Amino acid sequence: MTAANDVSAGRVTAKPLDYPAVVKECGLTALVMFGLAAGMVAFRIRDVPGGLEIATRFGSVVAITVIGFFGRLAMVLLREGRPFPVLVTALPFAVVMLAALSASRFVEPETAALVEGYLPFGDVVVNWIITIVAFVLAGRAVWALRHTGASARTVSDREEAMDAFAARIQRMARFLGPVLLASAIVLPLLAFAPNLPFLPKVDRRLLDIGILVLTYVMLGWGLNIVVGLAGLLDLGYVAFYAVGAYSYALLATHYDLSFWVCLPFAGLMAATAGIILGFPVLRLRGDYLAIVTLGFGEMIRIILLNWYDFTNGPDGISGIARPSFFGLPFLRKPPEGVETFHSFFGLTYAPIDRIIFLYYLILTMALITNVFTLRIRKLPVGRAWEALREDEIACRSLGINPRNTKLTAFSIGAMFSGFAGSFFATRQGFISPESFTFIESAVILAIVVLGGFGSQIGVVLAAIILIGLPEFFRELQQYRMLAFGAAMVLIMIWRPAGLLAHREPTIRLPEIAKGKSRSGGDAAEAAP
Amino acid sequence: MEYFVQQLINGVTLGAIYGLIAIGYTMVYGIIGMINFAHGEIFMISSFIALIALMVLGLFGITWVPLALLITMIATMVLTSIYGWTLERVAYRPLRGSPRLAALITAIGMSIFLQNYVQLLQGARVKPMQPLFTGGIEIMRRGDFTVLVSYLQIFIWVLTVALMVAFTLVITRTALGRAQRACEQDRGMAGLIGINVDRTISLTFVMGASLGSVAGLIFLLNYGVIDFYIGFLAGMKAFTAAVLGGIGSLPGAMLGGLLIGLIEAFWSGYFTVEYKDVAAFSILVLVLIFRPTGLLGKPDIEKV
Amino acid sequence: MSAARQSVAVDAPLLNVEHLTMRFGGLVAIDDVSFEAAEKQITAIIGPNGAGKTTVFNCLTGFYKPTVGRLALNHPTAGTFLLEQMEGFRIPGKAGVARTFQNIRLFGAMSVLENLIVAQHNKLMHASAFTFGGLLGLPRYRHAEAKAVDLARYWLDRVGLTGRADWDAANLPYGDQRRLEIARAMCTQPVLLCLDEPAAGLNPRESADLNQLLTYIRDEHRIGLLLIEHDMNVVMGISDHIVVLDYGRKISDGSPEQVRNDPTVIRAYLGEEEDEELPPEVAADLAANRD
Repeated sequence: MTAANDVSAGRVTAKPLDYPAVVKECGLTALVMFGLAAGMVAFRIRDVPGGLEIATRFGSVVAITVIGFFGRLAMVLLREGRPFPVLVTALPFAVVMLAALSASRFVEPETAALVEGYLPFGDVVVNWIITIVAFVLAGRAVWALRHTGASARTVSDREEAMDAFAARIQRMARFLGPVLLASAIVLPLLAFAPNLPFLPKVDRRLLDIGILVLTYVMLGWGLNIVVGLAGLLDLGYVAFYAVGAYSYALLATHYDLSFWVCLPFAGLMAATAGIILGFPVLRLRGDYLAIVTLGFGEMIRIILLNWYDFTNGPDGISGIARPSFFGLPFLRKPPEGVETFHSFFGLTYAPIDRIIFLYYLILTMALITNVFTLRIRKLPVGRAWEALREDEIACRSLGINPRNTKLTAFSIGAMFSGFAGSFFATRQGFISPESFTFIESAVILAIVVLGGFGSQIGVVLAAIILIGLPEFFRELQQYRMLAFGAAMVLIMIWRPAGLLAHREPTIRLPEIAKGKSRSGGDAAEAAP
Repeated sequence: MEYFVQQLINGVTLGAIYGLIAIGYTMVYGIIGMINFAHGEIFMISSFIALIALMVLGLFGITWVPLALLITMIATMVLTSIYGWTLERVAYRPLRGSPRLAALITAIGMSIFLQNYVQLLQGARVKPMQPLFTGGIEIMRRGDFTVLVSYLQIFIWVLTVALMVAFTLVITRTALGRAQRACEQDRGMAGLIGINVDRTISLTFVMGASLGSVAGLIFLLNYGVIDFYIGFLAGMKAFTAAVLGGIGSLPGAMLGGLLIGLIEAFWSGYFTVEYKDVAAFSILVLVLIFRPTGLLGKPDIEKV
Repeated sequence: MSAARQSVAVDAPLLNVEHLTMRFGGLVAIDDVSFEAAEKQITAIIGPNGAGKTTVFNCLTGFYKPTVGRLALNHPTAGTFLLEQMEGFRIPGKAGVARTFQNIRLFGAMSVLENLIVAQHNKLMHASAFTFGGLLGLPRYRHAEAKAVDLARYWLDRVGLTGRADWDAANLPYGDQRRLEIARAMCTQPVLLCLDEPAAGLNPRESADLNQLLTYIRDEHRIGLLLIEHDMNVVMGISDHIVVLDYGRKISDGSPEQVRNDPTVIRAYLGEEEDEELPPEVAADLAANRD
């Protein structure tokens, strides 16, 4: 404490605070916070039999206003180089909040209930957020106290640091990738192992989550081609997912075709849908393209919902054939004369076999997407996508056909979405338009944004965080989309290229030649 | 004929809603060149605030309709404007000058955030409201089909026209309007000659939000049912209206809103109700392909 | 395509612009301009700001469709192309017209080398059998890519950027970006290179280097260069032929020497003589005062 005091007294030579201005700034923030809360937070409309009823939450409004004032005050003080008062208020506040939030673990339930009554918000998660923010503020204050001499980091410093970090993650991906892949391969096999120490128990639930995460990894990789490489914001990506799913479902139920026959067809259908939509609209400017794809996604859903004869409307399609192991079905009691997976391999029937098979199926499909993307980035068409993202006019001046090039990116992305869609249909055995809402497109986009445009490993990590974690923490489920939205905004403000975006050149000069020419009187090297 | 007139009346009413929202899109586009995807959610929030205000007034016993409506409208405009202002300040201002894609994704993120914010605070169920106005004027009758202009519809028309006139006066006659038009032409230059650009942009968002909030109130009164998802479709259609009228053009937004309202009413009246949203969207695509500058927009020459 | 391509007349100039007119609504940006550009020559287009120089380039490279006019490019091997009838993105590949931009347009997030490889897109696209062969890793594509890298390295050496081949283009200093853009245009292997103010923003030394580079391209690669430039040192130093535009009209055309001494050009640059501009009543006033 004395050390901190010395610092604040001695080395920090902040100019005197303009108190009226500070109070005005904080007061305005409090006023805005109050205004935001006054309608939506203060009152809650509740449905009761026979109409609506209104409930009040005035306590929360007061809390929001007060927090607005002091939160802004803390930020002003940090900005003006006075971290010490921030530390001594934010830290105790955070600690008290933490203690109150975990009260139920230490004291009698009645006392805990009493304590919780004093928390600023009725909602546990909101209280936790406030606590975490207070800790962050305290942390920044500590950082500021320890780095008093250093000037504030500029935006470009931060960008450089983030790029270096992303580059490190991508270099790590060379090791991390195989490790992740190996654990992904081994994971299902643990289902057969006896309970191992230190490892989570692998059961059907875990595998289901794994399948879900892998589906989103595949979708994220697919969308990354469109958004990350070609720079086309596709907000209707789920439409192609729906096209793939319905193509498979309809073919399988009407013509009794197997998954393996339908899979390429579903991808082809989705790619065709991509071309049909893309052809007229891809010449539009980026923001128009975004809203047209958004509308297209919604339109496909409306059509699926209303074209009853074809899609069975809101009832969806059920009884979709499950995939077979190259012709060997996963059935306990097969019809006469049909060989099943377990009888062919002389195993006893286990329901988890099918889950494991689905797991490996989506793993393979996702890996194919990844390998494809990595390869195509180094081909002319992949470079042309990136060039188009950078400058379309320059591309035209180099003889690149912008529309066709965009169309390939758009339709290839759609194709992978279609593949994933038919996997979705076969896994669920049932599909309905409800599965293909805008929310799905938003989730996939959030994965790409969080992972960083063009970053393959980023997509994997983001899918694990955004899809896997909420599955384990059910109570966070209702905050999931709220958090996604907020995360998208914050990431764009903080780092518009995406959190883990870092680009390595797709081609380099052979080393020897470079050395030679460097010694040969290079004008650019000599010039300052 | 009677049926046609009835659809015409309904269409004009719808058009008033879309037109008021579309102005928000077009103004923001004009001044900072971005599509404010979250504007539809601002509209949705305003309809919730309006419902809350009406219910709270009911609790206080203020049930005289003109007074209740006046207070509700002022409260809704003020509170929604704060949302519009905050949206710009928190999400868009830090991104000025960054790549287009970043601004777009921020807007999408904000839209998702606001939708779920309302869902969490007010619940996901639809909120039905008792109708405030009843009755109307019968203008035609054949058999048992009567063409009715309800008092509510008259109120909506009068309110919309009054707002549009006031708004046009603000844009053309006041210093704020001049500042806005200057920022539209050249933001850097406007700053150099002493216009507070940040403040002008903030006020643009506030104006867009307050017009949108009236649309929210009208929507609530007209349909009597709201939920947290209404901003998506209404926003989409209002955007279509703005593009149809020529994005950046204020009379265009009003005209586009009217046209989209009429198209939707006649489509539902004569074709299928289910595909009315598809119709609006198809118009958007067709306009963008064949006349991207819209009906009243200025042609924009590609700068190389 | 068939309409755009004809057989070459003997001794036809590389580029023949006839009666080019471009209107935007009511504004006439170019008004009936005709000129020629020969191969192995540097043709400069000069004129005050707003004279329509960049618009001429935009018509030549297909960004604008001219309102009236014929733009014939006589390719030494492939025949004659009527540029005004071609889709913009086909002009570089088929007719061999490459350009640079007044406000540099590089692929900023891509490396210097990648910028030069992208410029060879069409060639590589064919070699990769439109991606399919490339995906399979066929040797034909690998050879083509190696050759593309060789060409890129040749131009990197020429513009002195070999050491920075892996830099992001956006991180290059300004002068390097200008030179990289020229190298990128040359990687399309054009027969006519259009340079839009290549010396803008360069210091005298960089400007001298640029002169050297341009004369090298003219003499060694034997192609035609079309140059928009304000820097008279560059223009007078290296041009073989100068076209002067003013308010969208051609006011002079000839060798540097001729143009330098053309009174119309001097008037366009230095302004008209005073009394011609004065409204009659003012002139009368002045005359009255003088008395």
